[in-house]
Amino acid sequence: MSRLLTVEGLTTEFKTERGIVRAVNNISYTVDSGEIVGVVGESGCGKSVSQMSIMGLIPSPPGKVVAGTAIFGNTDLLKLKKESKEMCEIRGNRISMIFQEPMTSLNPALTVNKQMSEMLLEHKSISKKEARERVIDMLRQVGIPDPESRADDYPHQMSGGMRQRVMVGMAMICDPALIIADEATTALDATIQAQLLEMMNNLVREHHTAMVMVTHNLGIVARYADRINVMYAGSIIESGTVKEIWANPLHPYTESLIHCVPQLGQKVEAIPGMPPSLINRPPTCPFLPRCKYRQKCCFEDPVQELTLVEGTHSTMCALRSGGAKNEQ
Amino acid sequence: MNDTSSIMAVDVDGQLREFRVLDEELLPPVNEFKRFWRVFFKRKVVLICFVVVLLFVFAAFFAKWVAPYDPNEADYYSVMTQPSSTHLLGTDTLGRDLLSRIIYGTQIALEVGLITVIISAAIGTVIGLVAGYATGAVQAIIMRITDAIMAIPSLILQLLISQVVGHGTFGVVVAISLTLFPGYIRLICGQVQSVKQNDYVQAERCMGASRSRIMFKHILPNCVSPLIVQMTMMMGVAILSEASLSFLGLGITPPTPAWGSMCYDGYQYLMTNPLLSIAPGLAIMLLVLSFNMVGDGLRDALDPRLRGSLN
Amino acid sequence: MGSYLIRRLLQAILVILVVSFLVFVLMRMLPGDPIEMLISSSMLTDYTPEMMDALRHEKGLDQPIGVQYLRWLGQMGRGDFGTSIMQNYNIRNEIKDRVVVTMMIGFAAWLIGLIVGVLLGIICAIRRGKLIDNIVSVLANIGLTAPSFWIAILLVYLFVMKLHVLPLYGYTLPWVDFGKSLKQSIMPILVTALGPIATTTRQTRSSVLEVLNEDYVRTAWSKGLNEKKVVMKHVLKNALMPIVTLQGTMLRMIIGGSVVVETIFVIPGMGSMLTKSMLSHDYPVVQAVTVIMTAVVVLSNLLVDILYAWIDPRIQYS
Repeated sequence: MSRLLTVEGLTTEFKTERGIVRAVNNISYTVDSGEIVGVVGESGCGKSVSQMSIMGLIPSPPGKVVAGTAIFGNTDLLKLKKESKEMCEIRGNRISMIFQEPMTSLNPALTVNKQMSEMLLEHKSISKKEARERVIDMLRQVGIPDPESRADDYPHQMSGGMRQRVMVGMAMICDPALIIADEATTALDATIQAQLLEMMNNLVREHHTAMVMVTHNLGIVARYADRINVMYAGSIIESGTVKEIWANPLHPYTESLIHCVPQLGQKVEAIPGMPPSLINRPPTCPFLPRCKYRQKCCFEDPVQELTLVEGTHSTMCALRSGGAKNEQ
Repeated sequence: MNDTSSIMAVDVDGQLREFRVLDEELLPPVNEFKRFWRVFFKRKVVLICFVVVLLFVFAAFFAKWVAPYDPNEADYYSVMTQPSSTHLLGTDTLGRDLLSRIIYGTQIALEVGLITVIISAAIGTVIGLVAGYATGAVQAIIMRITDAIMAIPSLILQLLISQVVGHGTFGVVVAISLTLFPGYIRLICGQVQSVKQNDYVQAERCMGASRSRIMFKHILPNCVSPLIVQMTMMMGVAILSEASLSFLGLGITPPTPAWGSMCYDGYQYLMTNPLLSIAPGLAIMLLVLSFNMVGDGLRDALDPRLRGSLN
Repeated sequence: MGSYLIRRLLQAILVILVVSFLVFVLMRMLPGDPIEMLISSSMLTDYTPEMMDALRHEKGLDQPIGVQYLRWLGQMGRGDFGTSIMQNYNIRNEIKDRVVVTMMIGFAAWLIGLIVGVLLGIICAIRRGKLIDNIVSVLANIGLTAPSFWIAILLVYLFVMKLHVLPLYGYTLPWVDFGKSLKQSIMPILVTALGPIATTTRQTRSSVLEVLNEDYVRTAWSKGLNEKKVVMKHVLKNALMPIVTLQGTMLRMIIGGSVVVETIFVIPGMGSMLTKSMLSHDYPVVQAVTVIMTAVVVLSNLLVDILYAWIDPRIQYS
């Protein structure tokens, strides 16, 4: 497996009336070709913003990527301007994105075929007729019944699940190296969600496409992802393979998060308290006020970076990683 | 250490310090009143226009002291003079001081604007509330009549009505009010219907809230902001309408110093003394523009969607 | 679609009927007796009361108001607009000549307003906060708030009094003398178009800005389209929907404005016909002109609605 995307020190800030919000704080991660990486965290932790930053889609103003690099192939995505030619060639063609809101993410004034074939016509040199054939083929692959006639439907003529299938097809149609699925199934009901996830998983594995799966549902990630990044208050606080994290969560937040996943016969534990405000954050661990394991060293020697503990498993927690350091 | 809002931690410089944990509740609350003024005056144009409106109001109230001459005092020895130190904007065909007439004209413009806005808003709001709350035939009848009135070009309807009621301030006020009130009906009726559809109002109704409670608790408060904005904007429209009527000789007639009729009188002498028609027109534009910009600023400041938003 | 069309058509007819009734009643409420005015204007002093009654009967003014209204409505329906009380001309023939003039100027102004307004609005929205946006916004505000007669006066001062390049007043139809017609129409068209330009610019700007924030525009960006394609393919069609609905208002604005413009520039159109007949209390003329002008507005609104339903795939015709 080759390295596809290397993100280093990505930091994104928003200007608001109350001050500067640092939505993404110095995160680093990698994506290899063909693998599924899960990004988990509760709402407002910066999952979506980090992905938007990489795609150059942060609304600016008020948002701004203030630091970091994101090497994709030979280019640093964060150095490219939103409108630049290079960025447009990557977007949709090499990296594509599936958004959270299936009801509003499709243009109401254009047919499904127009919206999908437009990408092919933009990035590949093919005729309109060929593009239409590819679109119909793609619609079939994402499980739209009767794709020949549905291709000429307008989005409002489809249900939410169908529209999200169209979004998936749109993301896949140029056969990109990486797909970012931003809460792609959150807005759908549970059975449709399961169908869609299964379909996406098969499709991505089949085409050997890498996928970053952004969600607040650890259960989903655990089932489909190869590796997981857990985010809290704009930082990645734990990273590792699914097995490593599920078997041995290092960060207290991850631990609580796993307890939040409903399992038969077990009590679901909610995490007390609220995530901190992202304005004027203290230099300590962001989870500190809610952490049940906190100790003096958490205040005195806060760890600001992911520290490798074992294998590929790393965490930001001072207690857990500190212990590992002492042993070395 | 538990449950406190401050924690000890090592700062970037290596010193142990006390830090406050910033919960949402601990942030300074946003003062709505202060926020209103800050957003309202955020654009400099709005601030300037607000001052201009105040100046006009001041000039109208204290016209007696502000104006250098009596607006109707004819001075046959200085007829059609160019601007000079004695007559800052010159004099008209009867030797009346143009500046004084413009200052007194402010009274007419503001008077007509204010009265029409109040009358039309009052009538329109009441009928609009009824139409919004009623269903079926009542609503249909009100809205069709509203459509009909709004389909007639407003200047034409104003001309017709002022012909019936008679020229002069009263006729003009009636004419303009009657053309402006349907706008309020549409605004309020639309507002009522959209609020009625809101989930929180539906929920309250399910819990057995009375009609009047929903009316006073939800619907009226939601109507106030758009009503204020609409009224400010309509000030400008009313002043413009009065000016057009007076210009056509079918509104406020001379010798009352109305800006529109002053423009018309001056137009005959455009070649020799252009200020006679250009200056009153400039006054109209300034005042209407100022009201519009203030309305714009109010809309921004009162828009609930913009509260505490990113800037 | 069929039933939707029929319902809208019936609504439009209803509105025209209500308007005609309103106008008719208003005209009857006018102070002054038209017969007496006719007599005093015709300088015939030796009219006996019998002769007045005969004249009243001849003009149909002695019947109950409801009957008069229905009779007038029936005549209007047959295309007979009656004769002027004051000058005894056939209203229909007079209107036929004048409507062309008003339409020539109004249509030109509408077209200019639409094209210039949409272009300026798009430029402003895309270059939001830049110099061009600020300049155009100020101009649009002036266009909206300056009285049209004042703009006309300024133009006359500049082009007629100072530069001597345009004629002060009058109108010639373009197929009679194109050069002369063009010179005579420039100022009236400019003055009439100013309001539509300003309104369209502001509406386009705000609706483009609104659409730029939509999720599907973000999707369009994520597809790798460049700015030009995002705007042309995804923003414009959606942003111009409100502009379509605005056109009814534009027409109403233009027709209302024709009254002032035609009076200032002495143009023999519908607007000047209205002011003239109003000042001379010529009932039948005022009624006919008002109702026709309103009918044009109502029918064009109907057209706009149909156009809108045809363009927007989301509209359900139920």
